[in-house]
Amino acid sequence: MKKFLSGNEAFAEGIRLARPEVISAYPITPQTIVVERLSEMVEDGSLKAEYVHVESEHSALSCAIGASAAGARAFTATSSQGLLYMAECLYYASGGRFPIVMMNADRSTALPWNIYGDQRDSLSQLDSGWIQAYAENAQEALDLALMSYKIAEDKRVSTPFMANLDGFVLTHTYETADIPEREQADRFLPPYETDNRMDFDNPKNMAFSAGPDYNYIFKYKEHEGILAARQVINETEKEFAEIFGRSYTGLVENYLTDDAEYIIVTLGSIAGLCRETADKLRSQGVKAGVLRIRYMRPFPNQEIAETLKNAKAYAVLEKDISFGNEGTVFTNVNSALKKADVNVKGYNYIGGLGGRNISSADIEKIFSDMENGAETVNFIGIGGENNG
Amino acid sequence: MANKTADSISRDEFFYGHKACAGCGGSLAVRAALKVLGPRAVSVLPAGCMSAVGFNFPQLCFSNNSIISTFAGTASMLTGVEAGLRAKGYKDFTAVGFAGDGGTADIGIQALSGAIDRNDNIIYICYDNEAYMNTGIQKSGLTPFGAKTTTTPAGKNIHGNIRPKKNMFEIAAAHGIPYAATASVGYINDFIAKVQKASQIQGTKYIHVIAPCPTGWGVPVDETVNIAREVVDSGLWYLAEYENGEFTLNHKPKQFTSVEEYLRKQGRFRHLSDEDIKIITDSRDKKWEYIGKSFNYK
Repeated sequence: MKKFLSGNEAFAEGIRLARPEVISAYPITPQTIVVERLSEMVEDGSLKAEYVHVESEHSALSCAIGASAAGARAFTATSSQGLLYMAECLYYASGGRFPIVMMNADRSTALPWNIYGDQRDSLSQLDSGWIQAYAENAQEALDLALMSYKIAEDKRVSTPFMANLDGFVLTHTYETADIPEREQADRFLPPYETDNRMDFDNPKNMAFSAGPDYNYIFKYKEHEGILAARQVINETEKEFAEIFGRSYTGLVENYLTDDAEYIIVTLGSIAGLCRETADKLRSQGVKAGVLRIRYMRPFPNQEIAETLKNAKAYAVLEKDISFGNEGTVFTNVNSALKKADVNVKGYNYIGGLGGRNISSADIEKIFSDMENGAETVNFIGIGGENNG
Repeated sequence: MANKTADSISRDEFFYGHKACAGCGGSLAVRAALKVLGPRAVSVLPAGCMSAVGFNFPQLCFSNNSIISTFAGTASMLTGVEAGLRAKGYKDFTAVGFAGDGGTADIGIQALSGAIDRNDNIIYICYDNEAYMNTGIQKSGLTPFGAKTTTTPAGKNIHGNIRPKKNMFEIAAAHGIPYAATASVGYINDFIAKVQKASQIQGTKYIHVIAPCPTGWGVPVDETVNIAREVVDSGLWYLAEYENGEFTLNHKPKQFTSVEEYLRKQGRFRHLSDEDIKIITDSRDKKWEYIGKSFNYK
């Protein structure tokens, strides 16, 4: 059924279809509409779930961990300060291998206070052991909500899943999205089955301590789990395409990159404008392309190296900065190329912090800089800065 | 159901083989409570003494389903476990939390308040040993006035902790909680009866049990139970319940035993001046005046 809805509402529709059994909810702009819609679905009976009004984000995730330890499918959502406030629990959920799904509305972090979109909140948590996906539009957000549980709960993976939607630009923008039928969704996503849960016939001590020897092994297994998601994401998308007729392209999405000389690497909703700009430049004879990173963890090392290896230059456009260094996505992309012995000139464009607009003219300039040369690290609208 | 006592509770052990210090009052409270609640108890314990002594992979010492929570997250994880088990169709189980004084009155009070506000069907037991003992005896919000800890040294200028204990029992009650109680491991049958009663009440239950830590209090390890009785007998702690909006005193010492004697036998209070002891005694008398006016007593 096609419906005109916002990114938040689309994600909530996807979660309804995924049948979470426990939802812990705490409001924060620009995520709030997700928990509002879910409460309405519980009220009208279209979603049967325990809806818990927690008193903080820390409790939101702590509650979800408890529910997952009881064997229930758990959902929560957050943004920005809320994500940072629950940070302790992020590591707890991943270390305990609890496949919770959480939507994060990507938003700037204080200070200065700002409610608008950038990706500094989620990118600061790349090391927390969660799968991190970045949606571009409402349809992808909805589909991610459904796929997220299947990926996270796969026994090879058993890792929590953070689905990121750009604050306001995606969460609050209305688009037409197709809402799958309940029967299709149930065929795609079976109920959660796990051994990683309490059991009255065989009681368990969970979330325990482990000394230096064992701790290292547990952490290695955790790494293996999130790496296994690479394969599981591909399998899941294949099955998704068979049932729903929409296909996705794994950890990255390439656009006109096959013969591209200049490629923008980015993530989230800004990718649409990048593609539009690439189209325009192509009509002027510039061989422009776009690589959209869909998953920051597991990181698409091979895919990125493969796409960029024949380009003359690439530029990472990101709404993030690791103060004192450069954009974190740029760091990750460079590492991927270095490991694959790909030597292509790379630039970093940091912009959109605190929700500041990135225009098509800005993106055209990134493509022309790639042709003509620029500083390595550049701040859109401010200028080039050396990254020391 | 007949009231359970120390003699009639289960002979089965649910918290066994842990490495708590000799004379640990906290482990006594956990052990007794789980014997009352039985194998269908699901326990949540935050990072703290009880999880540190009992949850070291591969030596795991709970024979019922148990999980460590974050330090701040005892009540919120308890909520999630209870909701999750209910969502999976389980009915006959008891979700119980065991957190220390710091985990309850300081870092965990927000989550606890949220759980009581939601009236989640859980039992929350605070085992109060009156300081952060797991990290080596630092002041918590439940450290009593005058106590020497490693962050409230007793010197010439300051005589240990300068603030009284937070009143967690009445803070819990002020939420309009279905059941709250105070207890002491020195009056173990009273504690056992309260755990049993709590298990039969729907909604949130809060039990605050004094559980001495010989290491932190500076008393011999075979004195735990005696000192836990004496704190009640001297009137510095009291056994009470809150139910249906009313406070009830369960036990009224005919005559208080000596406050000074109680204090002087503990290393943490040995530095107190006569003036300090008078402040403590006066505050006890004021508290009992309030109890006399506001609590029922049958």
